[in-house]
Amino acid sequence: MGYNCVCRNSHMDHVGALPYFTEVCGYNGPIYMSYPTKALSPLMLEDYRRVMVDRRGEEELFTTTHIANCMKKVIAIDLKQTIQVDEDLQIRAYYAGHVLGAVMVYAKVGDAAIVYTGDYNMTTDRHLGAAKIDRLQLDLLISESTYATTIRGSKYPREREFLQAVHKCVAGGGKALIPSFALGRAQELCMLLDDYWERMNIKVPIYFSSGLTIQANMYYKMLISWTSQNVKEKHNTHNPFDFKNVKDFDRSLIHAPGPCVLFATPGMLCAGFSLEVFKHWAPSPLNLVALPGYSVAGTVGHKLMAGKPTTVDLYNGTKVDVRCKIHQVAFSPHTDAKGIMDLTKFLSPKNVVLVHGEKPSMMTLKEKITSELDIPCFVPANGETVSVASTTFVKAKASDMFLKSCSSPNFKFSNSSQLRVTDQRTADGVLVIEKSKKAKIVHQDEVSEVLHEKNHVVCLAYCCPVKAKGESDNDVDLIKQLSTKISEIMSGAQIHEAENSLQVGSFKGAVCLKEKCMHRTEIISCSEAVFLCCNWSVADLELGWEIINVMKLNL
Amino acid sequence: MKLTCLSKGDGFYYPPCHMLNLCGFRILIDCPLDLSAITIFSPVPYDVGFEASEYLSDVPLDAHNPIQKKQKLERQLTPADLVCAEPWYKTVKALHLWEASLIDIVLISNPMGLLGLPFLTQNPGFCAKIYMTEATAKIGQLMMQDLVSMHNEFRCFHGPGYSCFPGWIKDLDSEEVPASLKKVVFGESGDDLGSWMRLYSLDDIESCMKKVQAVKFAEEVCYNGTLIIKALSSGLDIGACNWLINGPNGSLSYMSSSICVSHHAKSFDFHGLKGTDVLIYSDLSCLQSAEVTENGCVSPDLDNNYLSTIRSDKKDDDLAASLLNTEDSLEEMEKLAFVCSCAAESADAGGSTLITITRIGIVLQLLELMSNSLESLSLKVPVFVISSVAEELLAYTNTIPEWLCEQRQEKLISGEPSFGHLKFIKDKKIHLFPAIHSPNLITSWQEPCIVFAPHWSLRLGPSVQLLQRWRGDPKSLLVLEGGLSSGLGLLPFRPIAMKILQCSFLSGIRLQKLPTLFSVLQQKIVLIPDAVNQRINLAEMKTSSILNYSENKTLRVPRIADNPSVEITTDLASKFSWKKLRHRENFGIARLKGELLMEDGKHRLVTGLEQEESSGKARPLRHWGSVAPESLLDALLKMGIKGSIEHSTRDNDTKDNSVIHIANPNRGLVETSEIGTAIIAEDENVASQIFQAIDGILDGI
Repeated sequence: MGYNCVCRNSHMDHVGALPYFTEVCGYNGPIYMSYPTKALSPLMLEDYRRVMVDRRGEEELFTTTHIANCMKKVIAIDLKQTIQVDEDLQIRAYYAGHVLGAVMVYAKVGDAAIVYTGDYNMTTDRHLGAAKIDRLQLDLLISESTYATTIRGSKYPREREFLQAVHKCVAGGGKALIPSFALGRAQELCMLLDDYWERMNIKVPIYFSSGLTIQANMYYKMLISWTSQNVKEKHNTHNPFDFKNVKDFDRSLIHAPGPCVLFATPGMLCAGFSLEVFKHWAPSPLNLVALPGYSVAGTVGHKLMAGKPTTVDLYNGTKVDVRCKIHQVAFSPHTDAKGIMDLTKFLSPKNVVLVHGEKPSMMTLKEKITSELDIPCFVPANGETVSVASTTFVKAKASDMFLKSCSSPNFKFSNSSQLRVTDQRTADGVLVIEKSKKAKIVHQDEVSEVLHEKNHVVCLAYCCPVKAKGESDNDVDLIKQLSTKISEIMSGAQIHEAENSLQVGSFKGAVCLKEKCMHRTEIISCSEAVFLCCNWSVADLELGWEIINVMKLNL
Repeated sequence: MKLTCLSKGDGFYYPPCHMLNLCGFRILIDCPLDLSAITIFSPVPYDVGFEASEYLSDVPLDAHNPIQKKQKLERQLTPADLVCAEPWYKTVKALHLWEASLIDIVLISNPMGLLGLPFLTQNPGFCAKIYMTEATAKIGQLMMQDLVSMHNEFRCFHGPGYSCFPGWIKDLDSEEVPASLKKVVFGESGDDLGSWMRLYSLDDIESCMKKVQAVKFAEEVCYNGTLIIKALSSGLDIGACNWLINGPNGSLSYMSSSICVSHHAKSFDFHGLKGTDVLIYSDLSCLQSAEVTENGCVSPDLDNNYLSTIRSDKKDDDLAASLLNTEDSLEEMEKLAFVCSCAAESADAGGSTLITITRIGIVLQLLELMSNSLESLSLKVPVFVISSVAEELLAYTNTIPEWLCEQRQEKLISGEPSFGHLKFIKDKKIHLFPAIHSPNLITSWQEPCIVFAPHWSLRLGPSVQLLQRWRGDPKSLLVLEGGLSSGLGLLPFRPIAMKILQCSFLSGIRLQKLPTLFSVLQQKIVLIPDAVNQRINLAEMKTSSILNYSENKTLRVPRIADNPSVEITTDLASKFSWKKLRHRENFGIARLKGELLMEDGKHRLVTGLEQEESSGKARPLRHWGSVAPESLLDALLKMGIKGSIEHSTRDNDTKDNSVIHIANPNRGLVETSEIGTAIIAEDENVASQIFQAIDGILDGI
């Protein structure tokens, strides 16, 4: 593919380097994103750029202008919209859950088709639906496997724990800090809290730290069609992203008395505002830090989750006493092992490649896919190349006569040990390939025409004596008699009788009155016996002889 | 392929209706209602608008009174002529001639084309698959619900109606009834009566919508493995689309009314329609070029001239660019701005404005422009939107950026709502009410005001009451759909002192753009309505052949694509036993195996379930070439069979027969000629051996 780029979701790990790629490296092929991703990426990128510059004083990889220019090149796509990128490549996006606008990508080049899942979630969460895809014929499925061995139970107990922890904290007059990224988790938890506040009639303010998250909410409101069914149904009466209890946070409120809940970016407490607030709130035992999701090793978030530290080193060397409560919210928008298995089973691709995750658990999952689903599975390391065979079709133009003959069944019965019925309608077709010309499929009767030859019919004939000449010579009776005999011995044969002839398939027999018939080998005169002059085609070679043998018995 | 035009339709609100026979499937495209026909009914409340009745005050208001009727013969139509009964609705007449259960697919290209669908799905035999875009489904459903809720006022007024046959039709059949009324009811040819239907219920709408499969723009759906159907934006309205159908026998595009550059909906996607074998062009809006207005408010737009010459050396891109020129869309914006300025003027003068346009795209743009212009003029005039579905519809339109034009998609990126009404609703400048009797309406009501109220036919909904309220006020303004004033539309409200602004908005491609469009699309065959063909000379089009179709006639279109292609899986192809031909080295032939399927609109040959190699099949069944007796004799000799040749030209015919007599090991005979060979033997083995020898000489399969 090489020349085409599809961004699946607006998390930093997917979109982070895009401006660098397009503006600095000079990539100029098409870039496709879902509508929400296109809308949300600039926000994320700008935030990311700021954090990078603020924290490390690093030279920035890209500038604000880079971001703006880069986004102009992005083509927004809708779910299931089929895009013909060029003559060969076709892409289509499917809903992936995970975050707003996350998609799985189906790509088809020629006859070969793959799906790249990106990050996906097979269960509905509070605001997003589960991944949804058509049953496609795939050569390869590339699936994420962040949680290759985890199997998660219901979310409700974890939701309840989280709510109770926050409630307990604010009821005790404490402040709850929820460091999170602007997208996804913040909205999910906020919906949860807002709903709970409403039900429990709690008046404690919920704050969003920066304009960023509030603005992200605004996008959620407009992109309601990308959220879960539940949210979509509700939004007619009340948009669930219109949080009733949520307000903007002001820096001066850090030291304000009284309880509150604060969503602050970034998650993982790696830098920025959330870390600053943490510095102030951590020393009080009344307060709570709720950490949603995953934290990278080395961040404050990771240290808090790892154990129960009493002091934490901040990046600039200062130490902070941690006396506040720590609550880990174990929600993840990634699919679990069951989800990966379900998706793989549903799509039944010819091959599976697992990416993203920890090697040992990925190997376990690989084993499971290979043994349970009998699908070859690969776990390539970074930089490793995997090759799989892809589907290709031989294309041929078919004649109308062939297609017509194929529209009606052509059953063949064979009676070896048990009755077998096969439909041989395609066997009438012949594939003709002429050098440097397109392949053609024609009906067998048309072959000679295509080859500019004349048909040559090969048939068998035999004038068979069937009965000694007697007094009561009645052709009709004789044919009847023969036909009964034939059907006795050959069950299932369709026999057509006429006045003085009978027909079984291509086998035709007629009473022969000629004195000397060409097809008679014995020199028995017509006066001595009654003859049935038979002929049949090569196709019914065996059938013909069988009938002949039956008739000879009659003699 | 066969096309039958069931109805040519009439403008935006009554799109055309077609029946298409493709690959053996019956496809119905659109199922509209002729809502302009309900103008024959008298609006409720009934007692209004009868200045006319004052001079007839001695006559009771019984429309069926014969004395009164006689007087009418010499008079113009009066409001009393209108039918005072629960309205029935006029559907597409010719559709009733088709058996509903034999329709395989229904394609709905815009919300207006959906309004008649519940009548069809009510039919117990109906089992077709219905496709439409998500936005069309949503908006169309809301419009149907609105129609039912407006209609309920009639039900309340007239009481539970007749269940099967309405009395009013019988009454209309008398001679005293004015001809213009009869024409609407019975049609030009007098057989339209069967097309009148009693309105469906909310339950019918729901069960109809349950059968719908909603699609996105450019989503490929596969029907029965055979047809791949794709909706592409047409630009007419939000969710409105053209259809692209790909089948094994070629591709077809159906073009409904399309607008090249739209300011609300996603613009006309003509790139997607390019290069199909057949184009069905169904847009008749280009024939309604005159835009008439009344009472001095004129928006001049009379451009009947068209260019039919296209210079062939123009490049494709230039042509496409000329399609996309913004002239038309600017004109549309001017019209909208004109409506706004008229409304502002009358508001300034203390008059109210009633806008009865129900085209959602226009309403959304008007709301936005109107609020902005009122704000900039600092006029404190409230805007009311009164409709049972207003709130839901307006909320919905701000959650569908994918379906909108590029400028509005840009708004999403910058974090603004797609349509401006959201802000004004929050600021209490636009008020939404489900009905005119809503409890809060009276508290916030204030005149002068600007009201958006359905229905455009002026028979249903809150527009009726408001029109009755304001019709005597010369300061007030009525904004109407074009063409309504000439018919029965305003009859019950006359005399009208109100200013009337009648606007017709662009609802299709202009006639002069057709040649350009067709050159860009590059179809091999273009089907256009005969009425359009009479107006424009398309004979100069080199690339495509133009066929005309007319209403209620079936047009058969020959297949132009060459033979359909069959895809054979490579693993199956590798299992074929290939034969080299003795006499033709360039050819390779093989007998097919496997199973022929129809998948994704393509014939596919795949490995079948039963692949047993039966011995009978291994034998060639067809031979060609000729058998030279000498070489056969040699071949037989190698097998240990001896024989002798006897040339005989029996009979008088020219055919040269040769006979080989075989004596050893068993008696037999081979008779061979140009056209065939017969093996005559008593012994099975000898016959088989002879056959093998012949097979060795001839080419066969």
